[in-house]
Amino acid sequence: MKIACTVNGRSRTVDGVWEGESLLSVLRDRMQLPGSKNACEQGECGSCSVYMDGVLVCACLVLGGQANGRTIVTIEGLTTGDTLHAVQQAFVEAGAVQCGFCTPGLVVATHDLLARVPEPSVMQIREALAGNICRCTGYAKIIDAVQLAAQRIAVDERIAR
Amino acid sequence: MTEQPRLAPRSPAGGRVGESVQRPDAVLKVKGDFPYSSDLQVEGMLWGATVRSPHPYARIISIDTAEALTSPGVKAVLTHEDVPGRKVYGLEIPDQPVLAIDTVRYWGEAVALVAAEHPEQARRAAAKVHVDYLVLVPLTDPEGALTPDAPALHEGGNITRHVRIRHGVQGPRAHMVVTGEYEIGMQDQAPLGPESGLAIPDGVGGVDLYIATQWLHIDRDQLAEILALPPDRVRLTMAGIGGAFGAREDLSMQAHACMLALRTGRPVKIAYSRPESFVGHVHRHPGRLHYEHGATREGKLVYVKARILLDGGAYASSSTAVIANACCFAVGPYECPNATIDGWVVYTNNPPCGAMRGFGSVQNCYAHEAQMDKLSAALGMDPIELRIRNAMKTGSSMITGQVVEGPVPVADLLRRVRDVPLPRANASNPIDLTEMPGGVSNTTHGEAVKRGVGYAVGFKNIGYSEGFNDYSTARVRLSVVEGRPRVEVHTAGAEVGQGLVTVQAQIAGTELGVSEVVVLDADTTVGSAGSSSASRQTYITGGAVKAACEAVRERVLGLAQSELGGHDGQGLRFEENAILSADGTVVVSLATLLGDEVIEETREFRPRPTARLDPETGQSNAHLQYAFAAHRAVVDVDTELGLVKVVELATAQDVGKAINPQAVEGQLEGGAAQGLGLAVMEEIQVKDGVIRNASFTDYLLPTILDMPPLRMQILELGDPHSPYGLKGVGEPPTISSGPAIIAAIRAATGRPLSRVPVRPHDIVDTSLQS
Repeated sequence: MKIACTVNGRSRTVDGVWEGESLLSVLRDRMQLPGSKNACEQGECGSCSVYMDGVLVCACLVLGGQANGRTIVTIEGLTTGDTLHAVQQAFVEAGAVQCGFCTPGLVVATHDLLARVPEPSVMQIREALAGNICRCTGYAKIIDAVQLAAQRIAVDERIAR
Repeated sequence: MTEQPRLAPRSPAGGRVGESVQRPDAVLKVKGDFPYSSDLQVEGMLWGATVRSPHPYARIISIDTAEALTSPGVKAVLTHEDVPGRKVYGLEIPDQPVLAIDTVRYWGEAVALVAAEHPEQARRAAAKVHVDYLVLVPLTDPEGALTPDAPALHEGGNITRHVRIRHGVQGPRAHMVVTGEYEIGMQDQAPLGPESGLAIPDGVGGVDLYIATQWLHIDRDQLAEILALPPDRVRLTMAGIGGAFGAREDLSMQAHACMLALRTGRPVKIAYSRPESFVGHVHRHPGRLHYEHGATREGKLVYVKARILLDGGAYASSSTAVIANACCFAVGPYECPNATIDGWVVYTNNPPCGAMRGFGSVQNCYAHEAQMDKLSAALGMDPIELRIRNAMKTGSSMITGQVVEGPVPVADLLRRVRDVPLPRANASNPIDLTEMPGGVSNTTHGEAVKRGVGYAVGFKNIGYSEGFNDYSTARVRLSVVEGRPRVEVHTAGAEVGQGLVTVQAQIAGTELGVSEVVVLDADTTVGSAGSSSASRQTYITGGAVKAACEAVRERVLGLAQSELGGHDGQGLRFEENAILSADGTVVVSLATLLGDEVIEETREFRPRPTARLDPETGQSNAHLQYAFAAHRAVVDVDTELGLVKVVELATAQDVGKAINPQAVEGQLEGGAAQGLGLAVMEEIQVKDGVIRNASFTDYLLPTILDMPPLRMQILELGDPHSPYGLKGVGEPPTISSGPAIIAAIRAATGRPLSRVPVRPHDIVDTSLQS
């Protein structure tokens, strides 16, 4: 099966994809984008969170074929050159990264949250990230990181205005 | 030269001991650019798959590989007959077959291997390996394993180890006696990164393995025996790791990938799926514990009698050390003049159990803390007051007879968590549903929700115990690169997410005063660092880095004296990339002094030796260091539905010296979350030897909604024997957090709750239903 889609702003075409193959496998094994992680492959842990047409999805639950003609943004697409996105920078500074296997998914899910809810309460953060499992941090520093990113984005936007 | 996979580029780190330094790998990790072991690939790589037993106990009559061998893309199919060297392995007892020989002893045991061009081809071919089994009745009850008529699962019977502790007077009498039976379920480490690695044959009979592991050298030594190769022909390099928590102490796919690579002459990658991961590593031992506490009228412990039975499953792994811990720490951090402890760990046909964060001190903490609460209730005493009255102090004796040195702040930790202001009740109007048990599922508006508060304190050993040869090796190299002094630190210490890479850089930066430190890839070209377990790496590998830096410093000073002349070296210190005199003036910059000189030193660090437990009495100086933590839990329980909301945790822990305070906080938070998991949700459900929930859909892990705020008090009391006075940090948070939560649920519900994890039907009083 042939799939043509836009990934991180680039047109990509891959051929020979199996009908049963997930978008996660296509990204990781056929497009050399291993940033999305394969921790459970059942949609429980959120480690493979990506955008498809602007909607947050678990890439493991999307068939590769469903991505045909769609626009995908992965963790690799959130960085502009060498400059980290505010969410990424906040995760680094807040100590929200230990082993880091959950981090790409959490960064994408946080990016999505802050686009929808610029100043989330702690409970809104918890609800929005409940689909992302982290085994190392106990989540406290992740909440710190989300709040830090939200503050910085708000300041940047005020300056921009 | 064979192609190497892309590993993480090594970013320089800086910082000093005591600073919250950012991880040098964090930027790569937030970009999705950090290569984990499951991401590795090289040209021409094959994929391995494992044929596993569908039975918990069976004889193998025959294995037919013919159909698999002729399947599309298949390059090799291997069985036990293809193991080149020793066919069994194990951390303490070599009892586990690399591939099952004539018997399978647990559900999911590895039987055969396939290598193919594509992972799906490998999986499909694995299904075509036909194994003819004679199915046997599995031995799944650990009590049954102790009986003389049970089938012996291994030569020498089913008792892997029996630990006896006989301390003080045996059979004393006491004013108040309380007893209890406790049961602990099987917990999974559930590191997010499943087992994976890449083996590359070197073309001349040796192999390079890129692997996510906790201890490169013990893997290397076991692999050399299995592969019948000298150790220097088996080279291991640490690959990016997605957590560990004990799950990566034993071999999983290491030998399998190497065997397939050596047989096919091609690189072979094996990456487990989540369901395979559940059978691919050992778990926390489930336990049954019977306790009897005797105390005076005033609440002083007179004696503790305990019988501890751990189910080790099919193979020994680290069971013999886990049961030793379960017994040594059986009464908790209390003064107990008389103790009679018997602990057994037995073989069954259940999944093998071994290391997990807390390592034997988790199971017993549920029991001894429940007993202390029972005792305080029976005596009409406050539970904290009873604990403080019995708390260990500096100079107290363990039930093993070992005198505990250094700060022993048990009473202080308890007072501190008690004195944290309690969180407000969830009594807003209208009630905030998101804060209720059941959350936005809208299962209650507060009716039948009861609040409870509970306490627990625990402790465990840091570093290896019982005479184990504990050491680590560090190579430190100082040179001038582009006009700036640069230090490279090379150890085999496994960065498992805890931040060892940062700690090593901080220590080198502190000792040599330079701002640019690069921690090289951990591999087997440097001496062993021991395992990233027992909360030991900052102490032991940190100690080795410090020692190697001191040796480098001495040589630099020697150089300074001969170059500069006259200076006696007294009072010189290393700071700001220079050597400073006692009054802080720059004597010479390191770059000027060194020029083209490269100064490299390798040192081993060995902490004080420990001793075996006496087999009859368990008396011995068995442990290196003790670390203590206390927790208070506040819970809301829906007593009609049995749902629990942990509202808040508070903890106090003595870390000796916080080398990286932010990383220390991360350990306390993450460790508490794993404790919470075992208390209220995490259990591998095993029925007739078969795991029924080998997935993240069915094995429940704490999410961000489950983990409450953690109020932390981090004490830095300084251990007199360790580098910088530090104490191991990683495990104590996982010990007492869960028991505090259970105590809080008991307080809210009045239910006995003798089993963890607590399930809804343990909370709901079903006797009231018609």
